[in-house]
Amino acid sequence: MNIELNIKNLQARTKTTEILHGINLTVKKGEVHAIMGPNGSGKSTLAQIILGHPKFEVTRGVLEFKKKNLLLLSPDQRANLGLFLAWQNPKTISGVKIAPFLKQALEAKRRSQKSKKAPLKVREYQKLLLQTMENLKMKPEFAERYLNEGFSGGEKKKSEILQMSLLKPDIAILDEIDSGLDVDALKEVCQSISLAKSENNFGLVLITHYPRILQYLKPGYVHILLNGKIVKSGNWKLAQKIEQQGYAAFR
Amino acid sequence: MPRLDKHNKADYIKKAPRGLSENLVRKISQEKKEPAWILKLRLAGLRSFYATPLPGWGPDLSALKFEEIIYYAAPDEIVEDNRSWKNVPKDIKKTFEALGIPEAEKKVLAGVGAQYESETVYHRLKNKWEKLGVIFEDMDTAVQKHKKLVQKYFMKCVAPNDHKFSALHAAVWSGGTFLYVPAGVKVQEPLQAYFRMNAKNMGQFEHTLIIIEENAQAHYIEGCSAPKYGTHSLHAGCVEIFVKPRARFRYSSVENWSADTYNLNTKRALVEKDARMEWVGGNMGSGVTMLYPSSILRGQNAHAEHLGLAYAGRGQIQDTGAKVFHAADNTTANIVMKSISKDGGDTVYRGLIEVASRAKNVVTNVKCDALILDKHSHSHTIPKMRVANPTAEVIHEASVGKVDEENVFYLQTRGLSAEEAASLIVNGFIEPIVKELPLEYAVEMNRLIEINMENSVG
Repeated sequence: MNIELNIKNLQARTKTTEILHGINLTVKKGEVHAIMGPNGSGKSTLAQIILGHPKFEVTRGVLEFKKKNLLLLSPDQRANLGLFLAWQNPKTISGVKIAPFLKQALEAKRRSQKSKKAPLKVREYQKLLLQTMENLKMKPEFAERYLNEGFSGGEKKKSEILQMSLLKPDIAILDEIDSGLDVDALKEVCQSISLAKSENNFGLVLITHYPRILQYLKPGYVHILLNGKIVKSGNWKLAQKIEQQGYAAFR
Repeated sequence: MPRLDKHNKADYIKKAPRGLSENLVRKISQEKKEPAWILKLRLAGLRSFYATPLPGWGPDLSALKFEEIIYYAAPDEIVEDNRSWKNVPKDIKKTFEALGIPEAEKKVLAGVGAQYESETVYHRLKNKWEKLGVIFEDMDTAVQKHKKLVQKYFMKCVAPNDHKFSALHAAVWSGGTFLYVPAGVKVQEPLQAYFRMNAKNMGQFEHTLIIIEENAQAHYIEGCSAPKYGTHSLHAGCVEIFVKPRARFRYSSVENWSADTYNLNTKRALVEKDARMEWVGGNMGSGVTMLYPSSILRGQNAHAEHLGLAYAGRGQIQDTGAKVFHAADNTTANIVMKSISKDGGDTVYRGLIEVASRAKNVVTNVKCDALILDKHSHSHTIPKMRVANPTAEVIHEASVGKVDEENVFYLQTRGLSAEEAASLIVNGFIEPIVKELPLEYAVEMNRLIEINMENSVG
């Protein structure tokens, strides 16, 4: 199967404002893309539109994944098809523990794939969860905490990576996974991402302001998003240029 | 003569008359062979009931037909030795089995007392607690066997003339639980009673009297469930708790009366020096509930914990809350209330915090959160505070909201459907209360909420 996220001339708006003015982007399984741009350029919006946030309306263009029209699918159907979004500011879901929640999410995915029996055996799941957490250097107690409640910035990001590692998407969009992390925490989170990627070879879309994270995750493609449009695409060198010159040169 | 429902195999209420009268009150007392002082209390209660108007606040009770209610009924089969499961009549056993009582009993319970209509048929307490002097009896038995103790405490915390429904309760009360824990005795396993109101139009007026002596400790669990019937039933129970110095007590209850029940219950604890009282309650059912567990903190450093959960669905009003009276220095209280309203249901948090002028350095925290699941439903917060001492620190936090769309979307990006996501969020919302309930009750609570959620989808 051709595992590919295909975006053509994508235009979208909120009730009041046009936000995306024709985005073109193709991401294949295994590839690493970086989308860079200053605050308010539409990076996070693009990510949320790909997953189908009800707040935005797509007015024009093509949004396909695995040759399926995502615009006809609900957010959960898109996720179960193999897309993952790591949120910049993950929501706090009070009273919902990570372990049972992730079991439910895994079962939802299995159900949608129909090939496997949906209910996971408790022991099988526990083993999987503990192994994944160990790989990510997370303590088992972490899974007993309420989802994102009282988490530090670093814990939130790790929790997102844990969810990604367990759900094994084909393409993961990481929205500013580097924000709010100090140098050491960033390195650790990037190692976790690399590990998950090496196991499943999924496609990665890194959304970021800063080139620093790209030193760890070496994108093959770098895109600059300004005012809802990709103004330049290139390779790794483009990121270096941004570091030296800022975004001003592309305006 | 009341016609029996065909579903109800046992002919429990064939002799029971409807309506209230002095004759009925005398008959109850006579049948129970009560001492004269109890009859006197009953008659005082009856007079007070007639003299007191319906409350001028809260939900409308005008549809309550006092003359159509059966105030007292006894099962035909009276079990002589009610401590053994073997002796419990088959029909009643079936009901208990449906409620999961035998399994629960085998596992963790120190004793089980269950009320079937007005007569207690099954009661047991593990030997080791009996040896320690713990008394766990039905009230009718306690009145006969522990006269002095009962007379010392009965309706001393909630007076018959406290309000209209405590007066009614005093007049027609029957059955209930008596728990006495002697000084220094710490009962580890929870003591449990399960009530079930099974006959159409049956009132349930059980009395629970609990005395936890100095430095003693216990946990009592009460659960209520009623099958659905088409006419109005009334539940006006009364719970009185005495927590002596340095004692700790937790009272947990799940009330799931059927949708046609008026649940007008009175629960109050007197908490002494250095003692701790914890109320954990869930209200799922009934048509109208008015229930405000109260803690009177009358000794220094006494503490009260009130955790509550209310669910109101179609046609339901859950008017619940907490009352704390700070009557001594350094008394503290923590109140956490959660409510869910759906399908036109109405939840009300009605609270009262009172700090006496003589009580210094009082600290009270009130937090009530309401979740409204659709635009037909309502929630109200009516907190009252009367603070007469300037050193008091009283904090009230309240939130009312819907299920956050962003949170639903977040969970959807993990593959859960919008319904699954909303259901998970609702369950998370009540988790802080549910986790304090014993497992079997927590499961029941979750199941009930799930059933109610399912009914509403689509």
